[in-house]
Amino acid sequence: MAVAAALALAPRLRVAPRDPDAETEALLGVAGWAAQFTPGVALEFPDGVLLEVSGSLKLFGGLESLLERLRRELVEMGWSAAFAGAPTPRAAFWLAWAGKQKFIGESAELEPVLAELPVEVLRCKDETLAAFEAIGVRTLGELRSLPREGVAQRFGQGPLTELDRALGLLPDPRNFFVLPARFGAAIGLPAEVTQAEALLFAARRLIVQLAGFLAARSGGVQRFVLRLGHRDKAATEIAIGLVAPSRDAEHFTLLLRERLSNFTLSGPVREISLQAGDVVPLPGSNLGLLLEQGKPPGQWEHLVERLRARLGTEAVCGIAGRAEHRPEHAGVIADHGAKQLQLNFGERPFWLLDRPKPLAEIGAVPSLEGPLELLAGPERIESGWWDGDDVARDYFVARMQNEALVWIYREWRGAGGWYLHGVFA
Amino acid sequence: MAGMLFSFAALLDRPDIWRGDSLNRVGTPTVACGFPELDAELPGGGWPAGALTEILPAHEGIGELRLLGPALAGLSKRGLRLVWIAPPHLPYAPALAAAGIELANLVVVRAASPKETLWATEQALVSNACGAVLAWPQGAKYAELRRLQIAAEGGRAPAFLFRVPEAAGESSPAALRIALGTSDGGLAVHVLKRRGAPLAQPILLPAMPPAVRSKSHHVDRPPAAPAAARDFSARLVHA
Repeated sequence: MAVAAALALAPRLRVAPRDPDAETEALLGVAGWAAQFTPGVALEFPDGVLLEVSGSLKLFGGLESLLERLRRELVEMGWSAAFAGAPTPRAAFWLAWAGKQKFIGESAELEPVLAELPVEVLRCKDETLAAFEAIGVRTLGELRSLPREGVAQRFGQGPLTELDRALGLLPDPRNFFVLPARFGAAIGLPAEVTQAEALLFAARRLIVQLAGFLAARSGGVQRFVLRLGHRDKAATEIAIGLVAPSRDAEHFTLLLRERLSNFTLSGPVREISLQAGDVVPLPGSNLGLLLEQGKPPGQWEHLVERLRARLGTEAVCGIAGRAEHRPEHAGVIADHGAKQLQLNFGERPFWLLDRPKPLAEIGAVPSLEGPLELLAGPERIESGWWDGDDVARDYFVARMQNEALVWIYREWRGAGGWYLHGVFA
Repeated sequence: MAGMLFSFAALLDRPDIWRGDSLNRVGTPTVACGFPELDAELPGGGWPAGALTEILPAHEGIGELRLLGPALAGLSKRGLRLVWIAPPHLPYAPALAAAGIELANLVVVRAASPKETLWATEQALVSNACGAVLAWPQGAKYAELRRLQIAAEGGRAPAFLFRVPEAAGESSPAALRIALGTSDGGLAVHVLKRRGAPLAQPILLPAMPPAVRSKSHHVDRPPAAPAAARDFSARLVHA
């Protein structure tokens, strides 16, 4: 139909010129995603992707369940697709192209099915098709019933060779698609978007593609970048960093949703693209015999490494008890995982103050936000003469006016006085 | 009439009928908190694993850590690590050991800023390598808490956030929110939010630490002695 005629029928029709580059890009994107289902992916330009699936059926739970997943994810990526299957790639593509959703398992069943396909599936030149029409050949079956020599003489070897390949009489070797090292995909938005959250829907299409790509590479990424293209401004980049490499589309979507939920766009967005480099190996895991709940336990060492990398080595430590009477020496910072002594002290608080805090003494009663009530004590601690840091104190458990329990002492040296040393949290 | 009542009761007993006033007893893994009165009121019978629990003590020193003691002791004895992020003071080893906590499995993370505290907490939760995560964030916003809640989901660790009592007025994505107060020397646990029906009455737990009270007869002065008398004897010793 001519554009003018179409516009006459539907005045609000939006006409876009065909963009072969974008079509190729899209096809490569689909091929990259499809490589997670089989290593044998071949392209049939400009609109076909062939998957060699006989080796994958068991892993993906049979043909029906594989097809279900292919369909669902293609829809999530925003594509509509026709599916067909056959023992030869040519026949499968023809069936799909002709819109016959057929899956043929045996070579013997191929001939009658192919015979019904229109000759257009051969995708030969228009004049060849016109010539077929002129001699009354409409289907492949009719073409095949003609004498081979005559057909070869009139139309060349091409159509016959194609037919033989489809029937499996001639070999049909394919170059398998090779995945690129980095992932990059873009989509133009049908209308300019001004709300950051509205981008998630479109970004989801790219994320599904990314997850497929990563599954095909048996890898994961620790960082991906969503680029927002504006009309007349530099693109905005939203980088999402992950703690551990992942290829989980749901996880990616979740992180992106979190980020977009409080993101203000600098301007309307016309197109978005998703980029991810540095694919690191991320082997799949065997499924457990029983269904396990929750996420798998992580590596403790990795956590410590990450915390230390950002907060400093000293920031991650353990605590240890020492055979010491002086309270500040009895519980100390130590390497985490250090060997521990079993010691039995009296009643001790969970929190020890870094340095004892002097308390006011009001009316001869120690006071901390009001007078303290002594509950237990005194516990005399007098020790440490050998290192010059000796103490002589009477410790008490005391109750504050607000019922908090604290550990205080009365100093016997120097100026004396009351000090707060711990909190019974 | 009686027959009808009976059939209605039988209907309500069906496991596939969910009642709004019943607690969600299945699905969420929990860690028993060691206080039967409290376990009975917590969905799943304990601290929720893979979810945030907010603890809002009225003020420091009323037993907010003792409340976690039995659960932490159990986890650490199973070889699981307890990560304390930005605690307000030094966790005191002798007291923790006395509470049954394996100190070798206790790790303290010191953060320089509130932002780092949140970051470290998120890392600890996401890694799913910890047995329990305790954090003392300062002034966390809703969006930040939501991030933590998402990080905790699916994990095995209960995550305890200690926050100021004023935070009770803010909304929070935490699965469990508990305000702590005192009542007659004991600990009054107000469940502000839980999965399931709200709880109107506070749960009263015995005074903590109990040893202080039971030991009080060893004190050379009765604890209730007037301040002046105490002061007198103290001065005598001092002189």
